[in-house]
Amino acid sequence: MGNYIPHTDDEVAAMLAFLGLSSLDELFDAVPEALKLQRTLELADGVGEPDVLAHMQAFGEQNRSRTDRLVCFAGGGAYDHEIPAVTRALAGRSEFVTSYTPYQPEVAQGVLQAIFEYQTMVARLAGLPVANASLYDGGSAAVEAVNLGVAASGRDTVWVSAGIHPHWRQMLATFAAGTGHRLQTIPLADGTTAWPDVDAESGDPPGVVLVGYPNYLGCIEDLGPARDVCDRTGALLVVGADPVAAGLLKSAGEWGADVMVGEGQVFGTALGFGGPYLGLFACAGSHVRRLPGRLVGETVDVDDRRAYVTTLRAREQDIRREKATSNVCTNQTLMAVTAAIQLGWLGTSGLVEVARRCAQATRYTRDALLSLDKVVPFVDAPVLREFAVRLPVPAETVVDRMADAGFLAGIALDGEFDDGEHGLLIAVTERRTRDEIDAYATALAKAVA
Amino acid sequence: MSEPTTVPPGGAPGGRASSAPLLGRGTEPTLFELSHPGRHSWSLRTTGIPEVPVDQLVPAGHRRENPVRLAEVSERDLVAHFTRLSHRQFSVDLGAYPLGSCTMKYNPKVCDAVAELPGLAGAHPASPASLTQGWLGLFVELEEVLCEITGMAAATLQPAAGAAGELTGLLLMRAWHEAQGQVRHKVIIPDSAHGTNPASVTLGGFEVVTVPSDNRGCVDMAALATVLDEDVAGIMLTNPNTLGLFEEDIAAIAAAVHEVGGLLYYDGANLNAILGVVRPGDMGFDIVHMNLHKTFATPHGGGGPGAGPVAVSERLVPYLPGPRPARTDKGGTSPTYEWMTPPRSIGRVHTWHGNSLVLARALAYILANGGDGLKRIAEIAVLNANWIRQRLTGTYDVPFDRPCMHEVVLSARTMKHQHGVRALDVAKRLLEEGFHAPTVYFPLIVEEALMIEPTETESPQTLDALAESFERIAQEADTEESGWMAQFPHFTPVRRLDEARAARTLIPTFDARN
Repeated sequence: MGNYIPHTDDEVAAMLAFLGLSSLDELFDAVPEALKLQRTLELADGVGEPDVLAHMQAFGEQNRSRTDRLVCFAGGGAYDHEIPAVTRALAGRSEFVTSYTPYQPEVAQGVLQAIFEYQTMVARLAGLPVANASLYDGGSAAVEAVNLGVAASGRDTVWVSAGIHPHWRQMLATFAAGTGHRLQTIPLADGTTAWPDVDAESGDPPGVVLVGYPNYLGCIEDLGPARDVCDRTGALLVVGADPVAAGLLKSAGEWGADVMVGEGQVFGTALGFGGPYLGLFACAGSHVRRLPGRLVGETVDVDDRRAYVTTLRAREQDIRREKATSNVCTNQTLMAVTAAIQLGWLGTSGLVEVARRCAQATRYTRDALLSLDKVVPFVDAPVLREFAVRLPVPAETVVDRMADAGFLAGIALDGEFDDGEHGLLIAVTERRTRDEIDAYATALAKAVA
Repeated sequence: MSEPTTVPPGGAPGGRASSAPLLGRGTEPTLFELSHPGRHSWSLRTTGIPEVPVDQLVPAGHRRENPVRLAEVSERDLVAHFTRLSHRQFSVDLGAYPLGSCTMKYNPKVCDAVAELPGLAGAHPASPASLTQGWLGLFVELEEVLCEITGMAAATLQPAAGAAGELTGLLLMRAWHEAQGQVRHKVIIPDSAHGTNPASVTLGGFEVVTVPSDNRGCVDMAALATVLDEDVAGIMLTNPNTLGLFEEDIAAIAAAVHEVGGLLYYDGANLNAILGVVRPGDMGFDIVHMNLHKTFATPHGGGGPGAGPVAVSERLVPYLPGPRPARTDKGGTSPTYEWMTPPRSIGRVHTWHGNSLVLARALAYILANGGDGLKRIAEIAVLNANWIRQRLTGTYDVPFDRPCMHEVVLSARTMKHQHGVRALDVAKRLLEEGFHAPTVYFPLIVEEALMIEPTETESPQTLDALAESFERIAQEADTEESGWMAQFPHFTPVRRLDEARAARTLIPTFDARN
């Protein structure tokens, strides 16, 4: 079994003697006897580490969808980007991995400075002046942004574009049960959001407007109309941005966003079956006192040396308690540090290059697929690094068939997107080669035949 | 005593990183100051895909005019920078981390290896169940194990951290009462509770009702009786509580809360103390969250990722977040799994399935320890905490003088009144001894609180050294001049910070510096 407790039997006996006790059981005298578990836990006995690894490896073997076995063309907020050895090596340093939240800044400058650099990078990416130290994932960042927006605008009606990731919208609905926010889904028309006419006097104006850029179907929306709704109603504009696409696209800030949220997995974090990921959150300076989660700021120590510390702590749950607007404590710091390393590796030119290669590979793939018989665009709006097609057979069937051919073909669109037209959402990253894409197109032609 | 800085204000463009090893002293420039235009580290696949000009890829009106400005550094400088930052960071791997309430035990390296297995790390979360049977099987096994440990009927693995678990639990509470045709407004929490509890209660749409602790450090039963009525949705308790004390009246509390139709929520922050000894389900709790990054040794990553699964009693199972993994075969030798959404599910609380790789680490840790090993963990964690309590009794104030569970709350109250030395000074002085500080000023109901949680992975020799350091500090408080202790620490990467300045002149990014 695992050997993580150093004490020998003699040492345990000596410690018990020091306490005037004769058995370990006596340590639990405060626990009423009637409540105690009168048996051992019905779990297998502990085993050696090689056995543990074998057991866990067996689970891995039962996953057919793994990037070393299936060539990945799936996205939907989780992408197969390059993770270089240098990111793995630095992010795996145990000083970053095995520390706690930086409550003692004198001995936590490593994590604090890395977060400060991360905040700077995310703020620049967003085109907004402030970014927090991370949230759980893209969906949780969207939930927190809506909470901020409702508090700031004083109105609890939230307009959510149907182009926002369906899982984010499901999370918004879950948490609205507690906050009482009223969510209205604004439908898409041919791939982009069809914002209704509105002015501040009419009916039930929104306090928050949430839109994706690009949206879930990969479409690049003009955010002008969304900004216009906000200007006329006083609502806050929250943009759910794809942070890789942001390498080529106008920033959320340039579009007039009050808040940018996004999924930061793309910056050096493994697909990992959905977690741990990284919730990106940036906002206008006027909202900093409502910022959810932690914020690192620069200051000096008593010797006037530059130093970093978590700041504006009075916002946070452990101080504001029931008056706090967010309950976030533990967040995803290690993924934020990882993103800082990855963005350091990419640098100014690398982020552009990755975005460009994604767009180029997406264009090449889309052209190849649309030349196939009975494969047509799902919508006509322009796309950048992800797109959907309609297939002549159910997309679930195609995904299964394509797995046999060595591909994770994409995501079968379901729910509201499934209008009986068998949509498949396809993402092509910078890791896909021309040979892979050609083989994918050939396999897809067979799979839909 | 002013230390020379190695980087002048304004930075050192051009990258002087490789020539200035710091080994924990001085100032590390930001990555932006190490940047030199035109330098880069990135290296990407050769793809053979035909080049397309950017203006043909991005529709007019959407293209960014200028690239996102990021640091431009060589891989060598990137490695040097983050390696030097790591030298400015305390961690469990460096030394004892007796940070109360955080259960900073050693994190076995085998679990790192598990998280890197290509079969687990390489799985796309939107893959259909037919292609991810291994992950679904892993989840089902972990859910079963966690339910056995907590004495509950079923669990969700979705919540990404303890606070996310709390909010999930409160939404379960809300959904359950609504299904009974009831709208209840109040949730009771003790005055010793973690700050996340009241914040979660508010986000769950409830009002906080605080119940005081009695002179033994437990929920005041008389006060509880006065706030219990049919508007109470439930109570949130940590047991052992944040004073490190077991709530001995828990059975009576459960009966009283259930009597008015309320539910009991167990904050699992302190679950390490009772593994295999007593289970929340057997105490009468209806909803339990666990902090896998505490109890089950998944590393905390400097502030996350965590994982906060929530387990519930039978009557709450239909409300769990969905989709959930479920075994669909009829008990054959090769199990099959599918995603199912419970009939009255509160919905999704994570973008995907939870912090999956953290969940895998936790299962590996549980398998390595086994049922017998888990109980041993609780026993030794409690033994270590009591040994520290006994050793330091008389040197520090012990506000509640009775055996503790996995952590002990001491106080620097006398020290402060006699010598002007505060809990904060003790904490900062301890940093210089090579230990991480305990949690200070929490729980709020103890003056000058020092909350010490050694965990089971610190040896008797380490405990002895830790205790000696605490004793030395107490001695110094007694003998040194006033103000002496407030100078510490001296030899940490930076010394005490001007935290007021950080808040007053907010510099949240490098670009806000000037």
